[in-house]
Amino acid sequence: MGSYIPSSEAERREMLEALGMESVRELYKDVPESVLLDRPLNLPEGLSEMEVRAKLEDMAKLNRNYRTILRGAGAYDHYIPSIVRYIPAKEEFLTAYTPYQAEMSQGVLQSIFEYQTMICELTGMDVSNASVYDGASAAAEAAAMCRDRKRSVTLISETVHPDVINTVRTYCYGANAELKVVPAKDGKTDLAALKEMLAADTAGVIFQQPNFFGLFEDAEEIIAAVHEAGAMAVMSCNPIALAVMKTPGELGADVAVGEGQPLGLPLGFGGPYLGFMATTQKHMRRLPGRIVGETVDSRGGRAYVLSLQAREQHIRREKASSNICSNEALCALTAGLYMATMGPDGMAEVARQCMAKAHYLAQKLIEAGCRLEYSGRFFHEFVTRQENCREILGALSDEGILGGLLLPDGESILWCVTEKASKEALDEVADIVKEALA
Amino acid sequence: MKLIFEKSMPGHRSDLLPALDVPAFDLPASMKRAEKPALPELSETEVSRHYTELVQQVHGVNCGFYPLGSCTMKYNPRIDEETAALEGFTHVHPLADERDTAGCRKVLETAKELLCEITGMDDMTFEPAAGAHGEFTGVLLIKQYHKSRGDEARRKIIVPDSAHGTNPATAAMCGFDVVNIASGPDGLVDLDALKAALGPDVAGLMLTNPNTVGLFDSNILEITRLVHEAGGLCYYDGANLNAVMGVVRPGDMGFDCVHLNLHKTFATPHGGGGPGAGAVGCKAFLADFLPRSVTMDGEGRLQVRSFAGNFLVVVKALTYILTLGREGIPEAAENAVLNANYLMEKIKGTFEPAFDRVCMHEFVLTLDKYKKETGVSALDVAKSLIDYGMHPPTMYFPLIVHEALMLEPTETESKATLDEAAEIFRKLYKQGFEDPETMRTAPHHAVIGRPDEVRAARNPILRWKKEE
Repeated sequence: MGSYIPSSEAERREMLEALGMESVRELYKDVPESVLLDRPLNLPEGLSEMEVRAKLEDMAKLNRNYRTILRGAGAYDHYIPSIVRYIPAKEEFLTAYTPYQAEMSQGVLQSIFEYQTMICELTGMDVSNASVYDGASAAAEAAAMCRDRKRSVTLISETVHPDVINTVRTYCYGANAELKVVPAKDGKTDLAALKEMLAADTAGVIFQQPNFFGLFEDAEEIIAAVHEAGAMAVMSCNPIALAVMKTPGELGADVAVGEGQPLGLPLGFGGPYLGFMATTQKHMRRLPGRIVGETVDSRGGRAYVLSLQAREQHIRREKASSNICSNEALCALTAGLYMATMGPDGMAEVARQCMAKAHYLAQKLIEAGCRLEYSGRFFHEFVTRQENCREILGALSDEGILGGLLLPDGESILWCVTEKASKEALDEVADIVKEALA
Repeated sequence: MKLIFEKSMPGHRSDLLPALDVPAFDLPASMKRAEKPALPELSETEVSRHYTELVQQVHGVNCGFYPLGSCTMKYNPRIDEETAALEGFTHVHPLADERDTAGCRKVLETAKELLCEITGMDDMTFEPAAGAHGEFTGVLLIKQYHKSRGDEARRKIIVPDSAHGTNPATAAMCGFDVVNIASGPDGLVDLDALKAALGPDVAGLMLTNPNTVGLFDSNILEITRLVHEAGGLCYYDGANLNAVMGVVRPGDMGFDCVHLNLHKTFATPHGGGGPGAGAVGCKAFLADFLPRSVTMDGEGRLQVRSFAGNFLVVVKALTYILTLGREGIPEAAENAVLNANYLMEKIKGTFEPAFDRVCMHEFVLTLDKYKKETGVSALDVAKSLIDYGMHPPTMYFPLIVHEALMLEPTETESKATLDEAAEIFRKLYKQGFEDPETMRTAPHHAVIGRPDEVRAARNPILRWKKEE
C-alpha cells in the first residue's frame, strides 16, 4: 500500500502520548458511535507506485489515439510547443494555493496579470479576469453580468455551441431568469428574428464567432441591433481566430468570452480547460471571479495583489456577483505561456494555417462528391452534406484518422482542420471519402 | 522583476511550425483586426528564463509547511501527474466515439464507484470543475427535486454563519433566499435556531461536518433528521472530508448529496488557484437530476459546463485513491486529525485556541486577547510567519471567531515539521510583547513588503499597457 505519511509508528505514538491518548480513535470521540463506519471501506487494497502506474497505463491503453484529428466542435487539436508542456509542471506552480498571501505568491500573481493583459490584447477589451472554468460557464457568467432589475431575459443564438446553450440554460434556471434561443438561418444567427425578439427586458445577447458551424457571424449588425435595444452584447470567440479576425473590442461588444483550450491545453477528454472573460472599463465591477491588480508595496516597489475583492463570495456572501472561488489558474498560466511562446506573429500563423488547410480540405471534399452545407465564410470548421456519413467516418477511423463530428440529422458532418494536419493527410482523407462515396 | 512585455524585443521568436503546404487563404480586410495583438516577442530561452524567474517567487507545498486552514494543502504525489499526462488520456477528443474512449470511461466509472463508497452515496457526476461549481450543481439537484414534486414553495436555503462564503453565494445563484443561522457558543449548529428556521418554505440545509472551526458536530443525526422532517434536503459541503474519510460517511450522517474537492481531499494539486474538480454525489432518489453533457443530444438535463468535466484531474485523484486503498484512506484521515491535535497542543499556552477541545483536521486560534495586549493582529502574525518560510494559516475565517488564524497541517507533514512550526509560533507570541513593531511591519525578507491593497482597489491597474 502506498502512503504519503512521513511519521513513523514511533513518532505517532509519541504524538498520541503528548495528547494523553492511547489510540488515534480517541480523537473521534465527538462522532456518535452509531454513525461511525463499523467496517473497512469496500475499496481495493492500496498499491505501490509501480503497480498503480501499470494499472493506469492499462486504462489509458483502452482509449484509441488518432494520428490525425479532424474533429473540433469546442475542443481543438493544436500543436502544443514542448516548453508549454514543461513549465506548468514546475512544482511551485503546480502545488501553490490561490495567491491570497501576496508576499509569497508574486510569481503566480504576475503570471495572472500577464495573462489578463494578453487576453485584453487578444480580445481588444479593457479588463480580463483570472479565468473561469471553461467557455460554457464563462458564457453563463456573462449572461448574469448583463442582468439587472429591469432587464432579466437572455437571448442566445442557436448557432452557439450546444453545450454552451445548455450550460447557460442551467445557470438561468438557477437564477430564475428566462433564456430564449434565437433561431438560425443558413447556419448563421437569423438577424431579422433577433430584432423581433429584442425587447425592453432583454439583458444580454450571446453569439459565437466563428459559430458552432465554423461560420463567421455578421457581428457588426448583431451588436448594432443589440445596442439599439439597450441590451448588452456577449461575443464568445475562438482565441486562435482572434489573432486575425476583428475583435470584440473593435466591434463594440460589452463582454468577450471563450474557450481557452486551443491556447496550449491538451484535448484531455474535455478538461481541464479554461474559460476566458473580458469586458469594458464600464462593466469592470460586474466581472465575476478573481482579478489581479498592480499596486505598490511598503518599500515603494511594484507589487501584484488579488484586487476588487468586494465583488467576491468570501466578502459579499449571498450578494456576490458569482460563487466562483477556485478557477483554472494553471491553465491560464499555460495559455499565457502559449501566447508568449507563439508571439503575435506565431499566433497569426496558426490562425492562417488552420484557415488555409480547412479551405483546402473543403475543396478536396467537394471534389470527392460532398456538398458544402452553408455558403458563408468560415474559419477552420465547416459542414458538408453527403450520403454514407457513417461509412466515411468508419473508413477514416480504420486509417487512424478521427473524422468530423456527425451532426444529429445523420447526413452531415462538421469538420475541423488545424495546423497539425499535413497536406498529405488531407489528400488521404479526400481519397478515403471519395472511395466511400463511390 | 520585469513583466514579460517589458522583456519583449521586436523580431524575437521561436520556429515551431513547418511552412504552409497548401495554398494560402486570407480574410478580407473588412473582417480582419486592425492591429496585431501586443503579445510579447521572445525567443524560447527568454521565455524559459522568465517563467523560471516567476517560479522563484512562488511558495508551493514542495517549498515548505503550508498549514492553510480549510484548503487541505497536502503533498501532491508526482505519480498522479505522470498518469494524468499519459498520451492515452491527454490525446482523447471529448466527442470521440464511445468505442474509442473505453479507457476514459473506465477511469470515471472506477472513480465513481470508489468515491460513492467513501461518501456513502449512490451516484456521482464529475462535471463540476471546482468546489463552488459542485455546490451549484448540488443545490440545483435540491431545486430540481422539489420542482419535480410540485413543491415550489420551498424558496429558502439554511446556511450556518460559520459557513464558507461560497455556500450563501451558491444558494443565491440557485435562486434561493439565504437564511443564516447563528452558531452556538460551542461553534456547532444551534438546534433551537435550526428548528426556528425550518418550515414548509425551506428547501434544504448546507453544512460542512467537521465544520469550519474544525469540530465534528455530534448532533449531526438530529440535525439531518430535523431537516428531513420539515421536508428539506441536506447538502454536505465536502471541503473538510479529509478529517473523516474512511471513518464516517456523509451518506450515513443523513446527507442527500455532497460535493468533494478532489483538489483537497484527494491530493490533486491546486495549481495556484485551479484547476480543481468538484465531484457531486447523491442518493439514488436524486440521481435522475444529475447533470450530463448533452452535445448534439438536445436539452432536458442540467449541464454546468462543456463535456465530461476536468477529466485529467479525476485521473490524478483516482491514482491517489488506488494508491492509498482500503487502509490508506482512513489512515490519512486519522493522521490529519492527529497532526492537527498535536500542533494545537504544542501551541497551547501561547496563542489561544478558539475552542479548547479535541479538534478534527484543523483548528482555529483566536488572537482577540493577544491583540488587545500587544497591538499585534492575526494579520501581523501571519505576515511574520512568511519570514520563517512558512505559508501563513487562513486568516479572519470563519467569521464567527475574532482575529482568527486557522491551521490545517494535513497528514503529510512530519512530527519534526510540526515541532518546528510550534516553536516558531511560540517565538512570535513572545515577540509580540517585546518587539511588536517588527511584527507589524513584517514580512522583512520576502520579495516584496506588504502590498497596498486599498490603493489597488481604488485605482485599479488590471493590465500592462505599452507606454505611449
